[in-house]
Amino acid sequence: MRHRQAIALLALVGFFVSLYLWLYKIGAIGELKCGAGGSCEFVQSSRYAWLFGQPVALYGVGGYLALFVVALVGLQPRFLATPAPTRWLAALAAVGFGFTVYLTYLELFVIHAVCRWCVVSAIIMTLIMAIAGAAVLKRAQGAQSSRS
Amino acid sequence: MKRFYGLLAAVAVVAAVLIWKGSQGGPSDVAATGGAPVAMTAADSAFQGYALGSDSAPVEIVEYVDMQCPHCGEFAVVQFPTIREQLINTGRVRWRVRDFPLNFPWSRTAALAAQCAGEQGRFWEMADAMFQAQSDWGRSTRNPAGRFRDMARRVGLDGGRFDACLDSQRYAGRLEASKAEGVALGVGGTPTFFVNGRLKTDNDISSDRFQRIVDSAIAAGQRR
Repeated sequence: MRHRQAIALLALVGFFVSLYLWLYKIGAIGELKCGAGGSCEFVQSSRYAWLFGQPVALYGVGGYLALFVVALVGLQPRFLATPAPTRWLAALAAVGFGFTVYLTYLELFVIHAVCRWCVVSAIIMTLIMAIAGAAVLKRAQGAQSSRS
Repeated sequence: MKRFYGLLAAVAVVAAVLIWKGSQGGPSDVAATGGAPVAMTAADSAFQGYALGSDSAPVEIVEYVDMQCPHCGEFAVVQFPTIREQLINTGRVRWRVRDFPLNFPWSRTAALAAQCAGEQGRFWEMADAMFQAQSDWGRSTRNPAGRFRDMARRVGLDGGRFDACLDSQRYAGRLEASKAEGVALGVGGTPTFFVNGRLKTDNDISSDRFQRIVDSAIAAGQRR
């Protein structure tokens, strides 16, 4: 249960980080609070801030929202003992983590600028991946020891 | 469990308030406008940007640019000289630049400086000097207006007129009009290009790519 709570909390924070970047990208927020130097503007104004015609941040909004909803569903009493939500969380986290690795690669080696909000999101997604992965492993080990 | 949902609610409220407060800040480049709303005149909206090349060129490329955007700077320094030599000077392309100031710290100050140079007929010389030095002033937290004044004199502008123009911010409305036009056309970042009115959607901004685009536009008989 703890891991689902932790993922719900992290996903909620990640959701708002992505929402902030998305609102900026669609022009609803005039300024990104990102310190001097403009590296967030640099990253956000680059052509890599778009994917399939949509701002990359929108995918983050959707991804974190999905993680948050699955984690909350998994916390409902009737699903607490079921392994499916944990597997779903691990699968979603794996996709999100893969996307994060791709975006971090772009920042470091293609765009040559690092947006601190993207770093925050990358840390959150990495933590979610670690927690979800550990939960899946723990369940698998538990199932194995109960069989033997 | 109640405490956990309370924590989630608290996080959501705090985050929403922070985002709302952030949205009240307005553009970061208030140095150029003093934070006051910018009025746009009919003349601002009618201005179509500075152009290079023959009026009768078969292809027109419009570039939406932010003077502080590093991609724009890289394009201007690395690719544009070849494009100018092979496509513009040969009469095949007319190149037009429109302002699309983003929220880099000095986007608007830089765009105003280029417009003030344009007032004296030296937009391209000034833009070139600014892009060449962009890695210096663009990464600095100090207002680069003084550096732009020095550049203006180096490219042969009347310093007094340039300073008066920059101080008056008389082209602030022009920048906003240009940006509004870009937004209406779907510009989301810089540099963004339109070739004979069509948005160039791929990410390749090499001079070779523009050469191929222009070749195919001319071969297809597209007219602007």
